[in-house]
Amino acid sequence: MNNLINITIDGKKYQAHEGKNLVEAAKENGIYIPTLCHFHEINPPLGTCRICTVSVNGKTTTSCTTKVYEGMEVEINTPELLNTRKAIIEMLYAEGNHFCPSCEKSGNCELQNLGYDMGITNSRFPHVYSNKVVDFTSDRMIMESNRCILCKRCVEEIKTKDGKDVFSFVSRGVKTRVHIDYEQEKKLTDAEAMHAMSICPVGAILVKGMIYEQPFGDRKYDISGTLKETEIHTDFIKRNDENKFIVATTSLAGCFGCHMSLLDIDLEILDILEIVEFNKSPLTDIKKFSKRCDIGLIEGGCANSENIEVLKEFRKKCDILVAFGECAIMGGIPAMRNFVPLKECLEEAYIHGLTSEIGTNIIPNHEDIPKLLNNVYPCNEIVKIDYYIPGCPPNANHIWKVVKNILLNEEYSITHEEFKYD
Amino acid sequence: MFLIMVTKENALQRSNLLNVLWDIQRKRRFISRDDMKKIAKEFSISMIELEGVISFYHFFHLQNAGKYTIYLNCSTISQHKDYQAVKKTFQDELGVLIGNVTKDNLFGFFKTSCIGLSDQETSALINNYPFTNLTPKKVKTIISKLKKGQSLESLSNYPKDNIKYRPEKDAKTIFFKTYTKGEGLKQLVSLKPEDVIDLISKSKLSGRGGAFFPTGMKWKLCRNNKSDQKYIICNADEGEPGTFKDRVLMNKYPGLLIEGMTIAGYAVGATEGTIYLRAEYLYLKDKIEAAIKDFEEAGLLGKNILGLKGFDFKVTVQLGAGAYICGEETALIASMEGKRGEPTTKEYFPVEKGFLGKPTVVNNVETLCTVPRILEMGLENYLKIGTKQTPGTKLLSVSGDCKKPGVYEIEWGMKLKDFLNLIEAEDPHVVLFNGFSGECLSEVDFDREISGENLLAEHIQFKFNDPIEYSRKMSGVGLRSGGSFMVFNKKRDLIGILKNITKFFVAESCGICVPCRTGNFLLNKKINKIMFGHAELKDLEEIREWSFIIKQSSRCGLGKTSTNCLLTAMLKFPEEFKKHLTAESNFNHSFNIENAVENYNTIIQEIESTYE
Ligand SMILES: Cc1cc2nc3c(=O)[nH]c(=O)nc-3n(C[C@H](O)[C@H](O)[C@H](O)COP(=O)(O)O)c2cc1C
Ligand code: SF4
Ligand code: SF4
Repeated sequence: MNNLINITIDGKKYQAHEGKNLVEAAKENGIYIPTLCHFHEINPPLGTCRICTVSVNGKTTTSCTTKVYEGMEVEINTPELLNTRKAIIEMLYAEGNHFCPSCEKSGNCELQNLGYDMGITNSRFPHVYSNKVVDFTSDRMIMESNRCILCKRCVEEIKTKDGKDVFSFVSRGVKTRVHIDYEQEKKLTDAEAMHAMSICPVGAILVKGMIYEQPFGDRKYDISGTLKETEIHTDFIKRNDENKFIVATTSLAGCFGCHMSLLDIDLEILDILEIVEFNKSPLTDIKKFSKRCDIGLIEGGCANSENIEVLKEFRKKCDILVAFGECAIMGGIPAMRNFVPLKECLEEAYIHGLTSEIGTNIIPNHEDIPKLLNNVYPCNEIVKIDYYIPGCPPNANHIWKVVKNILLNEEYSITHEEFKYD
Repeated sequence: MFLIMVTKENALQRSNLLNVLWDIQRKRRFISRDDMKKIAKEFSISMIELEGVISFYHFFHLQNAGKYTIYLNCSTISQHKDYQAVKKTFQDELGVLIGNVTKDNLFGFFKTSCIGLSDQETSALINNYPFTNLTPKKVKTIISKLKKGQSLESLSNYPKDNIKYRPEKDAKTIFFKTYTKGEGLKQLVSLKPEDVIDLISKSKLSGRGGAFFPTGMKWKLCRNNKSDQKYIICNADEGEPGTFKDRVLMNKYPGLLIEGMTIAGYAVGATEGTIYLRAEYLYLKDKIEAAIKDFEEAGLLGKNILGLKGFDFKVTVQLGAGAYICGEETALIASMEGKRGEPTTKEYFPVEKGFLGKPTVVNNVETLCTVPRILEMGLENYLKIGTKQTPGTKLLSVSGDCKKPGVYEIEWGMKLKDFLNLIEAEDPHVVLFNGFSGECLSEVDFDREISGENLLAEHIQFKFNDPIEYSRKMSGVGLRSGGSFMVFNKKRDLIGILKNITKFFVAESCGICVPCRTGNFLLNKKINKIMFGHAELKDLEEIREWSFIIKQSSRCGLGKTSTNCLLTAMLKFPEEFKKHLTAESNFNHSFNIENAVENYNTIIQEIESTYE
């Protein structure tokens, strides 16, 4: 273990202790390899999340399961490997139901932090929206399967004193879930239960009453983070002539929060009005497009037939479409209804709900009222979206930086505070 | 408590869990909560861990699966035969759709992937009894006779061996020639274990399960690991769609397999051998066990075999429970240990830490059956057969559009086009070579030979962009297959075949890593998109990109190979994809507003009539 050996990482020579795992060996040399399932106490390494995929002597493998040896040639940050690792995170987002704005772990979540680190604005993969349960049965714990990334940490780490598993994988393939054994869970001490919550890299294991420990702003990943140099989308750069740029905005199935944020740039809006003219938009109350627009800003996803019509019209009338806010990007809070049968939603809202008058039994329904879709859809599953601005709501500066970049070809970077999913 | 397979002495060992579950499944037709409680207590594990194991294997059920549990093979070859009609007849006769159990719990009707009978499709298993060459008429008879109480045993048809070819001369044949019990084993009298390993290394025998790892080296590594106990495991999981040669070997020459395992045990210093038999081949179990007994009685198994002091070896059979991934050697070991069949990370290889943490050799049936033959015929004679890198012969399981489906023993080095002639392929267009995790071959490959000569590294082989470049670089490269050979004519829809393949991997992914678990699921959706004519060129680019990501980052061989067929099909048959494409546009064609609001319209009607 104490033998120093030579390894090459991305063409540079380093020394490391023989037999040390590659994640640790790289770290000691100041090189960061992202991980999710890996944490130092766990041995043997789990190798489940695949985020630490690198290339060793020309073959891709995971760093956490690789021990370094003399002469090892490692590639970590090639464009291809960076892309593969990013894709894995995006796939985790697409397979789970990660509504960051409503998640207790937001700000302390390792998955989210990797998303920030990699500058992920949306997932290249379509959302799976598979039905996953939130299990409140246990007296002490909540198992929020929507967020579980199946890293297996809890399965391997949390055992009762007599050595029994408290968590286990159940089923296989896309149907694989982690379930709790209620009886065994009772045997855990409070400290052990808290440990379970803390080793879960995401917000899947929650201990009731112990959840909001830190306020916004003080959370682990609120504080640390990097500046994101955002890639310049040169293909979007617009002409710059005498005329003002024309911008349209709309709110589909959203809460108007994104529009409020848009106004949050305060006085700067005056500068913007110098170069921008708003067409169809709730800001101007112009209801119909009167010209072709340079940019269309879309808030909210598609929950009903009217949203679809509006979105399609925007696609036709605008050169560039920008989805801003989580709802437009991935369905957001309205998409949480995707896991409840539509009929139940309607009955709850209009018939059994506390606020509906007893005996009325009416579900508003008229040819002029838009029809609800079977699911809430992210905008990019209906039309092509050119640009995404994450956040719930997105930071005002972030929105305007993007818009200015598109219109004026201005370089910009996003600070950690401006890049948020919640 | 659990009677059929469990003896007192091994009752509480975790490695016996699958047997216990099988006992209950077979007796009660499902594993109830009450039974689970008892089992969890006996094995001292938590209920949830037990549920994790049960739910991993598709032959175990948590709800009643019917007195007669029918599994209809839904694999491509079956689809191309009578699958649709047979399925419909089952559904009509039983009055339930596939995936359901009749109200009286008499019949459960499910689908399953390839059950190793591709040469006699459409086939099904009923309580693991085989039923081959099914037609609607035959199904009607079977169901009505079962309803009348006739026994499954009397109705089922024992699968045919269908051995269609072997080299003309015995001297060129390894498997399909006269077998005399103990002929190979006897040679050990004059060989030290090291000599056996040396001999096998020189024979260049390499893994016939499809990975072609040099067998001699594997044995040597295992031998060099000091341990009080070592194990030999025969991988008889034969799960690769289109493969059935191991079934034929075990049916015809179980003795050869036992000898091979015993020789392996002698070579590496192991005293226990297990045959991990896929549950689809339950009908072979009695036969194999009878052969084991026979060997024991003849002093060819047991203690001091052949009178060699200290040469002890015993063989048992362990039944799987329905999971393709359990063919992967580390998953197989996990399964034998009574766990979920999840592969490990390869931090250790089985020869270092295998079954119960002890050094273990896992070898395929065909690999092990070759061993006694090499000893019997002598190295020199063996090396005269085949090619330089791949001496000997190879068994191929042939199915699809040809006149003579069945098992072929061919000398390594035969040209693909000659082989196609041999099997009397009808207008061959696409060959799925090496199963669903293999590759798609087209006309440009027909001049290549079936051998291990001039191989290229795998990452080169699957990265070609340009078909012309491919054919230039690959023309002299040999083709190796674990044994699956499926041939399709021009009329077959390639996209449909690929859909079957991606569906297979969605069903069979163990679920432990995201690229395979969800990546394959998303690819399956993409294939559907192509089929419906909603895909654009961009979708094909995405399929390619995603396939590489899955290949690069998956945890085990399943995910690393699951996209091979898709990638090679896209390279070689671009027109098959292009003909389904629609023009590039800013709108996603797979979203259809009528479909999206249909649900709402019916709900409104329903609710209005309910509350009026
Ligand atoms: C997904 C997967 C499935 C496999 N299925 C089988 C199988 O059914 N039979 C088999 O012999 N080998 C199978 N293998 C290969 C085994 O892991 C292992 O390489 C083989 O049993 C070793 O024996 P051999 O060297 O004699 O081929 C499979 C591998 C993978 C990755
Ligand atoms: S619950 Fe948390 S710790 Fe457990 S597998 Fe899921 S993500 Fe990992
Ligand atoms: S690639 Fe991953 S999910 Fe797929 S079978 Fe292997 S370990 Fe399981």
